[in-house]
Amino acid sequence: MIKVEGVTKRYGPATAVKNVSFNVERGEIVGFLGPNGAGKTTTMRILTGFLPPTEGTAAVGGYDVQKDPIEVKKRIGYLPETPPLYPEMEVVDYLRFVARLKGIEAGVIERRIDSAIERTAVGGVKDKLIGKLSKGYRQRVGLAQALIHGPDVLVLDEPTSGLDPKQIIEVRELIRSLAGEHTIILSTHILSEVSSTCGRVIIINEGRIEANDTPQNLTAQLQGAQALQLEIDGPEDEVLRRLRDVPGVNAVSCENGGGRLICRVEAEKDADIPRRLAETVVNLGWGLYAMQSLGLSLEDIFLKLTAHDEAPAGGEAAAEPETAEPAAAPAGEESE
Amino acid sequence: MKNVLTIAMREFKVYFSSPIAYIVLAMFAAIFGYFFSTGLAYFAQFSAQAAMQGGGMGMPPLNINQFVVAPSLGNMTIVLLFLTPMITMRLFAEEKRSGTIELLLTSPVKDYEIIAGKWLGAMLLFCAMLLVAAANLSILFFYTTPDWRPMLVALLGLVLMGGAMIAAGAFLSTLTKNQIVAGALTFGFLLLLWVLNWATSFSNSTLSEICEFLALSPHFEQFSKGVIELKDVAYYVSAIALGLFLSKRSLESLRWRA
Ligand SMILES: Nc1ncnc2c1ncn2[C@@H]1O[C@H](COP(=O)(O)OP(=O)(O)OP(=O)(O)O)[C@@H](O)[C@H]1O
Ligand SMILES: [Mg+2]
Repeated sequence: MIKVEGVTKRYGPATAVKNVSFNVERGEIVGFLGPNGAGKTTTMRILTGFLPPTEGTAAVGGYDVQKDPIEVKKRIGYLPETPPLYPEMEVVDYLRFVARLKGIEAGVIERRIDSAIERTAVGGVKDKLIGKLSKGYRQRVGLAQALIHGPDVLVLDEPTSGLDPKQIIEVRELIRSLAGEHTIILSTHILSEVSSTCGRVIIINEGRIEANDTPQNLTAQLQGAQALQLEIDGPEDEVLRRLRDVPGVNAVSCENGGGRLICRVEAEKDADIPRRLAETVVNLGWGLYAMQSLGLSLEDIFLKLTAHDEAPAGGEAAAEPETAEPAAAPAGEESE
Repeated sequence: MKNVLTIAMREFKVYFSSPIAYIVLAMFAAIFGYFFSTGLAYFAQFSAQAAMQGGGMGMPPLNINQFVVAPSLGNMTIVLLFLTPMITMRLFAEEKRSGTIELLLTSPVKDYEIIAGKWLGAMLLFCAMLLVAAANLSILFFYTTPDWRPMLVALLGLVLMGGAMIAAGAFLSTLTKNQIVAGALTFGFLLLLWVLNWATSFSNSTLSEICEFLALSPHFEQFSKGVIELKDVAYYVSAIALGLFLSKRSLESLRWRA
């Protein structure tokens, strides 16, 4: 349904998106995950035809975004980062305007408005001026606007930002309920949002795709391991040494917490590990007060993936100059 | 065409949900009313005098078109210099500021439809303004029998001139996110076009001829006398076309720069 191939977007000398490629099948919900400035909004703007890519192509429903913009736009419902609302219009008038703009036939406009209002639960405020709505309701009107023409593809840029927890849950449910008939791409910083709504995650950092998989696979694959937390009563150095010696353990770190040691153990995925750890501790005569499995969360993975570009400055240094590639390349050739 | 009307009608309605429409209409009505009524009073006094002094001299009766209608409409052109920036400043600047431009540019509408819609919306308000003038003028028909054709021609001239001014204002509004800046730019630009022909009174070079041709107001002169000249129509129409074309270009480049 959505096909993005080798898309690069430069703003002057700065590169916001670098050679991004991905596909989305019909009916999928894909989450775009990344820190601030990662390039999520930029990618979405390219998909919706608001911005042209500097390089590469994007296609929606088989239509190229550059060559057939009108066909693409007919098929996309887009909720930008800031909902595109006219504060001086009433909700219903606004939706009617959008409906006309999206080319809905006059005969069905009112029906479409009603159903969009119902789905996003803005019936209570439909005769209010948009400028007088709360942030959460504005967000919903923004969603209603994106849904109104029953588009094949929904592109939602941070659909739950600014909502209270109850509304967040409602909007996530709404998004899930839309899943069957629409293909959805949404962006977010919130990891739980991705695991709770999306069938697939695309992690993007500094304009590059770092990972593209289901939340489950990502968690499993990137872990390949388990993390345990132990609460031990014993001498720190000794504990560290002994625990590291346990077969299958990769890393141990301890810190003092209320007279006891709180140790974090990263180990291979082996059901035997907890037993071996417990044995070791008990055999040495220390007290074992607690042991729990931490399970690497998406959060950890996300941090790992996005940190990994900045931290090992030496190893990954080659990736950095790529940002300024066009300018730097000739200079590099000369010096060689 | 449907899209153009959708955009134009929204634009037109929005003028009335902000004070702008009322301010513009009230100012126009007040100033035109002033010119018109003083013109009328002057005309009444003058024709009474003429009747007393030269009653039998065979002088033709004074022409109300020439004495009242033409000058009061002609004076309005300078008022438009102030009112048009108020009408056009928000057209694109406001959409850019609030981000609603993202809705327009990601909807299945063509760039030229957006531009034409915006322009037409502003024109509708402009024409509403002229309706105020027309209502004033229609009073004349109760008392005398003025020639309605030159009046219509003069109004047509104002519509054309307004169209050109609005097209310029629309273009300048695409350049910034700030309404005030857009308004100031428009006013400055229109003022420049206005004073261009002042230079022509001092010299006779080709430069001043060019200035005279480019200036906004001289092209209205014939219209105000009830004469439609092709070169005047061509001037305004091409100014409109140029303004809309530049707006379209600017909208496109907005996408590249944004
Ligand atoms: N109009 C612009 N001109 C110049 N640079 C821009 C422009 N818009 C975005 N950028 C840059 O492009 C990069 C990606 O921005 P983008 O808005 O796509 O990030 P994002 O992932 O949506 O971030 P956030 O989570 O904060 O919304 C940033 O470094 C940003 O500074
Ligand atoms: Mg963003």
